[in-house]
Amino acid sequence: MNTVVASITYRAMLGRKRIWLLALLPIALIAFALLFRFIGGGDESVAVRLMTTFAIGTMLPLLGLIAGTGVIAPEIEDGTIIHLLSKPISRPVIAFTKFVVAASLMVGFSVIPTYAAAYILIGTESGIASGFALGALFAGIAYAAVFLLLGVVSRHAVTIGVIYALVWEGLIGGYVPGARRFSIQQWAQSIADQVTTSAFLKSEVALSFAVPAMVIVVVGSVLWAGQRLRVLSLTGDE
Amino acid sequence: MSVIEIRQVSRWYGDVVAVNDVTMTIGPGVTGLLGPNGAGKSTLLHLMAGFLQPSGGTATLDAKPIWKNQDVYRTIGLVPEKEGVYGFLTGRQFVQSAARLHGLGIDAADRAIAQVDMAAAQDRRIETYSKGMRQRIKVAGALVHEPSVLLLDEPFNGMDPRQRLHLMDLVRDLGAAGKTIVFSSHILEEVERVAQQIEVMVAGRHAASGDYREIRRRMTDRPHLFRVRSSDDRRLAAALIADTASGGVSFTPQGLEVRTVDFRRFTHQLPRLARDLGVRLWQVSPTDEDLESVFSYLSGRS
Repeated sequence: MNTVVASITYRAMLGRKRIWLLALLPIALIAFALLFRFIGGGDESVAVRLMTTFAIGTMLPLLGLIAGTGVIAPEIEDGTIIHLLSKPISRPVIAFTKFVVAASLMVGFSVIPTYAAAYILIGTESGIASGFALGALFAGIAYAAVFLLLGVVSRHAVTIGVIYALVWEGLIGGYVPGARRFSIQQWAQSIADQVTTSAFLKSEVALSFAVPAMVIVVVGSVLWAGQRLRVLSLTGDE
Repeated sequence: MSVIEIRQVSRWYGDVVAVNDVTMTIGPGVTGLLGPNGAGKSTLLHLMAGFLQPSGGTATLDAKPIWKNQDVYRTIGLVPEKEGVYGFLTGRQFVQSAARLHGLGIDAADRAIAQVDMAAAQDRRIETYSKGMRQRIKVAGALVHEPSVLLLDEPFNGMDPRQRLHLMDLVRDLGAAGKTIVFSSHILEEVERVAQQIEVMVAGRHAASGDYREIRRRMTDRPHLFRVRSSDDRRLAAALIADTASGGVSFTPQGLEVRTVDFRRFTHQLPRLARDLGVRLWQVSPTDEDLESVFSYLSGRS
């Protein structure tokens, strides 16, 4: 961890209008929860549906993309990263710091709103709120790491990320059961399923697969991002 | 005292060779990398700064490899050409962040800001700065740890004349103080004013090397091509061809084209010849005075 790198990154992510990019989806989630609550649809099945389709299925990957790529890709794109890289600081430490910032943003903008939305709907019933919050925490960290790596490796990180989240996890994962094993969303559901006693949630991937997979993905992505940063080349305008 | 050593360095991107077998040793003092756009100056500077891996050859700083060696940044200060600075930071915050990334205190930042004369604007956000101010605050960020090597990519671009002179003075002073300074530019006058040593790059090759007098001489003592229009081209042509200053005269619809072999003598003789002949000169203009032809001449010779 490097506090200077972290503070600059936080300011870049949260400064002025940028924060709305992160805040929009969680606000929508809370708004949905309040809406269902007041029109009387606040039962367990609605809560689980909102959690799986919106909180975990939509908000989490999109925020992961915004936070994970956002902490590093724009700086590589416009060259500001040179300010950090031209210093006697280990580049893997810079990558790790960026990851910690992205992961903490996921906690603030995804995990806490997920818990809050579920709590608004059904309180602590069946452990749904804590289950999905825990799932969002693990998956949020995994998304942050994967998309950080993508932001370092490719200039088209956002496009690739959207395709992964929407096409692979959303579409193919919906039809091809095998694809679900390699879906961060599904891993989140496995963890949520472990905590909640709700009968409305059925996870498809065994916890014994999901947890090690997540650990490998996080550690591997952050290490790889650090190595890629060590050999980052600047081509200049020529 | 630091020495950058570039030994038989090449760098290519796919099929495109950006830097081709360049060898140079750069010691204390100011060295100007001169060349037209696309000559490989930036690529060479990035190789020296550790932001590009040589495709062949070695780039070292005080005998230690530069690539993948973050310790070189204790010795190197880098001012990149791109305007990449965090616009949301104030100038002061930016330089302080550089100081803290080096493990230094606020006084180091204040000193660097004073050095580039930015104290008055230090509490404004960088996004409100002019291009010249951004350039200076980047220089402050690069000077914060008092590096013995300073690399600047096109540092005088986009500066107004006053800012340019100020930065030139600063660079000269730093060079006189024994720092190893390399900057790139495509403007000969700029390089001449600041650098003791000039390295000319043309099309990825190291085309010439020397102090500014030598480079200047090699640039002016070359065949020039002039277009001359006068009241009597034919008479003038006859007189010109009789003089040793010209190597050839031809008639074109736009007037005479005169190739000189002795630039100084030609510029001295032409008005005198015209006066003696009673020929009125309408136009005398060099047709190959652009940098490209100057550089391609230089590279053809070496």
